[in-house]
Amino acid sequence: MAYSIKVNGAQYDVDADGDTPLLWVLRDNLGLTGTKYGCGIGQCGACSVHADGAVARSCSVSLESATGMEIRTIEGLGSGGQHKLQAAWVAEDVSQCGYCQTGQIMAAAALLANGAKPTDAEIDAAMSNICRCGTYNRIKAAIKRASAQA
Amino acid sequence: MTAVVNVSRRGFLKGAGVATGGLVLGVSVPALDAFGQQVAPAQPGRLNTFVQIDPDGTVTITLTHAEMGQGVQTALPMIVAEELDADWTKVKVVRASAIPVDGMEPAAMGTGGSRSVRANFEPLSQAGAIARHMLLQAAANRWAVPVGECTAQDGVVSHGSGRSASFGDLARGASYLTPPQTVPLKAPSQRRLVGKPVNRLDAPEKAAGTAVFGIDVKVPDMLVGTVVHCPVWGGTLKALDPAPAMAVKGVTRVVPLEASFMVIGTGYWPAHKGAQALKPQWDLGDNAKNSSEKIDAALEAALKKTGAVVVDRGDAGSTAKLVKKKVTATYKAPFLHQATMEPMNATAWWHDGKLEIWAPVQDAGRERYSVAEAFNLRPENVNIHVTYLGGGFGRRIGLGFLRPAVEASKAVGRPVKVIWSREEDMTHGMMRPVAAARLIAGVSADGTPLTWDNRLVVPSVSAQLAPSRVRGGVDEISVHGADELQYAIPNQRLEYAMPDAGAPLGFWRSVPHSYNAFFIESFIDEIAAAAGKDPVQLRRDLLFRNPRHLEVLERAAKESGWGTPPGARRGRGIAVHESFGSICAHVVELSMPGDTTIKLDRITSVIDCGMAVNPRTIEAQIEGGMVFGLTAAMYGRIDVKDGGAVQKNFDTYRMVHMAHLPPVAVHIIEGGEMGGIGEPGVPPIAPALANAIFAASGKRIRTLPLADSGIDFA
Ligand code: FES
Ligand code: FES
Repeated sequence: MAYSIKVNGAQYDVDADGDTPLLWVLRDNLGLTGTKYGCGIGQCGACSVHADGAVARSCSVSLESATGMEIRTIEGLGSGGQHKLQAAWVAEDVSQCGYCQTGQIMAAAALLANGAKPTDAEIDAAMSNICRCGTYNRIKAAIKRASAQA
Repeated sequence: MTAVVNVSRRGFLKGAGVATGGLVLGVSVPALDAFGQQVAPAQPGRLNTFVQIDPDGTVTITLTHAEMGQGVQTALPMIVAEELDADWTKVKVVRASAIPVDGMEPAAMGTGGSRSVRANFEPLSQAGAIARHMLLQAAANRWAVPVGECTAQDGVVSHGSGRSASFGDLARGASYLTPPQTVPLKAPSQRRLVGKPVNRLDAPEKAAGTAVFGIDVKVPDMLVGTVVHCPVWGGTLKALDPAPAMAVKGVTRVVPLEASFMVIGTGYWPAHKGAQALKPQWDLGDNAKNSSEKIDAALEAALKKTGAVVVDRGDAGSTAKLVKKKVTATYKAPFLHQATMEPMNATAWWHDGKLEIWAPVQDAGRERYSVAEAFNLRPENVNIHVTYLGGGFGRRIGLGFLRPAVEASKAVGRPVKVIWSREEDMTHGMMRPVAAARLIAGVSADGTPLTWDNRLVVPSVSAQLAPSRVRGGVDEISVHGADELQYAIPNQRLEYAMPDAGAPLGFWRSVPHSYNAFFIESFIDEIAAAAGKDPVQLRRDLLFRNPRHLEVLERAAKESGWGTPPGARRGRGIAVHESFGSICAHVVELSMPGDTTIKLDRITSVIDCGMAVNPRTIEAQIEGGMVFGLTAAMYGRIDVKDGGAVQKNFDTYRMVHMAHLPPVAVHIIEGGEMGGIGEPGVPPIAPALANAIFAASGKRIRTLPLADSGIDFA
């Protein structure tokens, strides 16, 4: 049956099984490939999106349960990659392979919502996404750079 | 010397993804594959890299190496732009095609061995310098002035008379000129870009989420599939009833193969769900009884026997009477998986006798041949489009992860993207082998090591992937990092044995250096402790023949504050190791709040890579390599049970996270021959960490991962 979900402000009808993870709906049905598959079991955070403003691991959210939520993906974060976190990511030269980084940015964006200025410890606690290339310290620097901006 | 050819007037470059209209130079970069073996000699005519200057001033460089995070896509254009005196904001890269262009062979596509920048530096510098010279000549011709009076900077040629013209404006005129044979390159002091920290060219698209990785490839009319292998390495598929998968919405086809099957459908999830619904009957074969215990027993047995002699130097017999103390230790390291963040995938389209592949491969040049051979195609009918790699680390080499996609497309006659689940990737990869070493040192009365006896046991990677590299029972890929001991110890012996592990083996970032550095740099610390010497002092005493190593050691000691008291329950550990032409040291400073819990306080890294093209990338690679090695040292371990891998995903194959990391400072030493940067940061971290734990607690851990000894982050 078809489900209706709202992603980046637009409503989509998706014809897929209700148990399909939101991750694969975004990638295969809606073509939003900025959200990545890393583990499929909620461990890595590569698939991070926002669901009603909170960070969610889209591999662990079913299509059925995503109906009625406001979903935001990296494509809808800032127009044309211009969100202050994306600018900070470029300025701090964070990405290596880059595969984990959209998920990292979405997790960081939820942390910085409402103008929060997290401490190092709060950043550590909030950022549990895996980066196999080991960019963690630059990610932290980029989050601090972005949060220092009003 | 590099031959640079003016190919502006040849129309073939459209096929290479380069449009014409301005000046285009072709360069022949020596073609090494990912094993570091010469694929084809560099010859004029066998062009594989192109530099193009368009009438609008854009400078385009074709990239033959894979960008897997290590920053070649930025470093290689920097090299050209430096000698060209280009405007860096107008430099872009396109990926080279793997198919031959106009009969020329673009084979220099192997990416591995921390080699890309080293192999390209001279040819790309020449190409840039020659292009600049031709633009200067075009300006001189136009203005009727001697070429020597023209200068170039930031993409503009100027003359003392006040005249100036942009590169774009001059490109067409330059395209009619004959390139000079060689042009002198800049002295290091004249460089404006190389050696300066430059941000990555791929940073914006990676932050925006628009960078296309293999898993993101979309081809019209494409299906998506997934693959399931026999859980036992070497087992085969006996029977498969496709019906339960076909009942899943979106599944279009089930394809049985010899040792695996694929389910293909409209998207990954239907394919995955279909695959999960099947009950394959496997013929598990003899390997089904294989286990970690069995493999460990084989290592233990080999440790008790004399192995093939790799190094036998000095005369241990005559020194015997000077030896007052023996230090003996046995170390072990486990199987490891690369666990690239992007799981294995490839997209293939077999049509009209031709095969097109879109995939994140480390060595498209070589894989074109391996695919052609495996599927009985002519190499010129196989084209591989290289995407961004979501990590490589040695995993994306070889035919293994390309084959399912090719088989799938062959079976259904449409383009198919095959995505491996994380579980399939982790259980059917090519692992860093287990390794063990028994070390014995003989120490004199004044604490000087006089004899060094290393018996190394490692199942052979080459025996599986490159058999010609096993000679006389020695796999050179297993012994690197142990065969040339950096320390001046007069009597040295290295023996080697390669028992069969019954498991698929492959490359893993820094390959043998990962375990050999752990064994050697832990043991030298043990010798220091036994001799009552400071670990830095003992290394200093033994590095007098290696001034570069010594400088790295001294710098690491100085920057880390070595020698200042660390405080109660705190300790520092150091390790120095050379790999891929670079020397790297890490100093770990940690606290131990509990008996087995650690908190990293600070990590100081020093890298001597001879010459730094992009220091910003070098810092990132050394720190990233360190984190990669730290993860392995703390947690990394693949166990074998019932003939297959036990750890399947990140819940059991654990990773270091942001919260575990302390501040890291990377110091770069220059001044020698250029070395690699992608791998040298990995090897010294495990021994530095184990040595720090010893310094803080007196606990010597000889088996990796440290978690097996109960160590974890506080
Ligand atoms: S793919 Fe969702 S957490 Fe890893
Ligand atoms: S940048 Fe490669 S996994 Fe994070």
